[in-house]
Amino acid sequence: VSGFPELTSGHRPVGVVSFAQHDNVRREGEHNDVEMLMPVVAEVFANIGITKDDVGFICSGSTDYLIGGPFSFVGALDAVGVWPPRAESHVEMDGAWALYEAWVLLQEGEIDSALVYAFGRSSPGDLSEILALQLDPYYLAPLWPDPTSLAALQAQSLIDVGRATEADFAAVASRARRSALTNPKAQLAYDRSPEELLREDYEVAPLRRHALPPLTDGCAAIVLAAGDRAYEWCERPAFITGIDHRIEAHALGARDLTRSPSTRLAGVKAGVAKARVDVAELHAPFAHQELILVDALELGDDVSISPSGGALAANPMMSAGLIRIGEASQAIWTGQADRAVAHATSGPCLQQNLVCVLEGV
Amino acid sequence: MSERCAVIGIGQTVAKSKREDVSIAGLVREAAVMALADAGLTFADIDAVVVGKAPDMFEGVMMPELYLAGALGAVGKPMFRVHTAGSVGGSTSIVAAHLVASGIHDRVLTVAFEKQSDSDAMWALSVPQPFSTPLLAGAGGYFAPIIRAYMHRSGAPRDTGMRVAVKDRRHALLNPYAHLHLPDISMQMVEESIMLWDPLHYLEACPSSDGAAAMIIGSERAAAQAESDTGRRPAWIHGMAMRSEPTMFAGRDQVNPQAGRDCAADLYRQAGITDPRADFDMAEVYVPFSWYEPMWLENLGFCPEGEGWKLTEAGATSLIDGGDIPWNCSGGVLSSNPIGASGMLRFLETALQIRGLAGEHQVPDARRALGQAYGGGSQFFSMWVVGVDKP
Repeated sequence: VSGFPELTSGHRPVGVVSFAQHDNVRREGEHNDVEMLMPVVAEVFANIGITKDDVGFICSGSTDYLIGGPFSFVGALDAVGVWPPRAESHVEMDGAWALYEAWVLLQEGEIDSALVYAFGRSSPGDLSEILALQLDPYYLAPLWPDPTSLAALQAQSLIDVGRATEADFAAVASRARRSALTNPKAQLAYDRSPEELLREDYEVAPLRRHALPPLTDGCAAIVLAAGDRAYEWCERPAFITGIDHRIEAHALGARDLTRSPSTRLAGVKAGVAKARVDVAELHAPFAHQELILVDALELGDDVSISPSGGALAANPMMSAGLIRIGEASQAIWTGQADRAVAHATSGPCLQQNLVCVLEGV
Repeated sequence: MSERCAVIGIGQTVAKSKREDVSIAGLVREAAVMALADAGLTFADIDAVVVGKAPDMFEGVMMPELYLAGALGAVGKPMFRVHTAGSVGGSTSIVAAHLVASGIHDRVLTVAFEKQSDSDAMWALSVPQPFSTPLLAGAGGYFAPIIRAYMHRSGAPRDTGMRVAVKDRRHALLNPYAHLHLPDISMQMVEESIMLWDPLHYLEACPSSDGAAAMIIGSERAAAQAESDTGRRPAWIHGMAMRSEPTMFAGRDQVNPQAGRDCAADLYRQAGITDPRADFDMAEVYVPFSWYEPMWLENLGFCPEGEGWKLTEAGATSLIDGGDIPWNCSGGVLSSNPIGASGMLRFLETALQIRGLAGEHQVPDARRALGQAYGGGSQFFSMWVVGVDKP
């Protein structure tokens, strides 16, 4: 035990000690959700030599609409095998929020560890149509606005206020896909210059193809451990020194789309600015959203942004946020970072955001 | 360390078939505003909002909490969404309470709802899935064979379920928020209603309701403040537990699920319950189909296995007949079933009883109460104990 980082008074040190993710692919057609999850859950335990019986709580994140049936999480539990019966819960949110629920429970001291997992396949349906059903059912959803069009409104707002140009979007995409070349789990990686990317056609102006995330099937799992248990299972745990999430109004007209006040507030509450940040894994599905998030979290030029390639390299619904926490933790384990920030988002145009600060000792 | 926490505010809408006068946002806000008023608070006093509901296809809105952020005063705050099938209302209450018990927040608003009239739950439950056998039967069709197994195992007389159906509907007549008010309810009326899934008659099944439930969970400090502001005492949370088990495998006892028994054991350990029938003054238990009362009486340890029907038959669970352990004094799920909120209504009703605010369906001097919800193929369980005494 090498000690614990400084925490908010009363908080218990909880660390990310294991992480596994599925290959991010366009279509995982051979397997259903359970079959996709099974090897990932097995791997997250095998990494640290434990079994499902060693964790005190299980929490998952997913959404029914991706497979078009109720209770998608029910069958998914079979990937863990909850027998004998286990303390377990589920959020209809990205797995990053499932991790938050587990972290809250770990604070109380009754349990020392938790399994968190999340899954989602974009391939069974048309994601543009599905995500339209996430909008206000009376005023917005009947118009079927697709997520790319909404994101384009946001990107255009950034251009209109003079905070970014299309070249900036291309620069983000170029860097992200180049970083992804070293990420074996990435779905979309390439070495192409911003100039080359700017020659692409618009998908929805001002967003060209490169500014959009890929459609991804995938899943991920994390093990959290508290106190000394974290060191039993991991040489250098990535301790959560701050975690917070906030939501904004749903109506796009009620928000300044060029800013992310919920990310800013969550970042302040999580203590992002208290010390130097080495790595920030940001869940920015659209290239321009990274610029908004970097601004909200006040990350300087010295911060390595999404070295995994981020959501532009792979965007598995419901687990892309959890994967940011996993990637940031890996940077701590390997010594690439001493202090990392992970971010997750949900809802149209960055409506809801979670910020997690991870530190190694 | 776990901090003390309590229910300090309660709100619920009247449950009915169609709330055509409000949107989903209007429905949940109605319950939330009522809970805030009960606690002497406004939205500004709330630290976080936790929303629960059953499958999103029940309304046709994916992750509707995103759209509800404004209506629930959550803008700029943490907002959380729980979904654990039918147990969700209970699990949501528990997730909210942990945000306070962990010392992270002082006052958390938790809301659960279903607006079934916006979609069709029977359809949503029966969508064919790849790799799965379609049930095409809704929940009743799923549970009827399990009930028949219980009857076979326990030797319970066929009228046991009908007794529960009558008893809970008589209770509902005392609850102005209940959906079904059937003043003429009788054994004969239940027996003459159409047979849906043998042995379940139409009147032995829960209705489809629109409705919302809300609670404010407060810390010790918040509870003291609310009590001094409103004169209404808090309902202290003495224990909370959740358990899950797989839907199906060869060794599973679906009649008396291990997860339910384990969940109760964990809960009773926390709350110091040794003899549930004697230690509780009342219970609100998720009984969507009549026969689940005797089955859960056994699963929750109110009697030995195989004898639950005897308590029902003897009137032990009836408030009106002066039973020693009244169950579902509100009328229960059999009288109101806004699915996502049905579990929270169980938890909420126990708090209402402990606070002495249950009106006509109040159990005199209720000091300790059990709330239970279950979901999925009776595989997800959430439970809590609330009491008058500070734990």
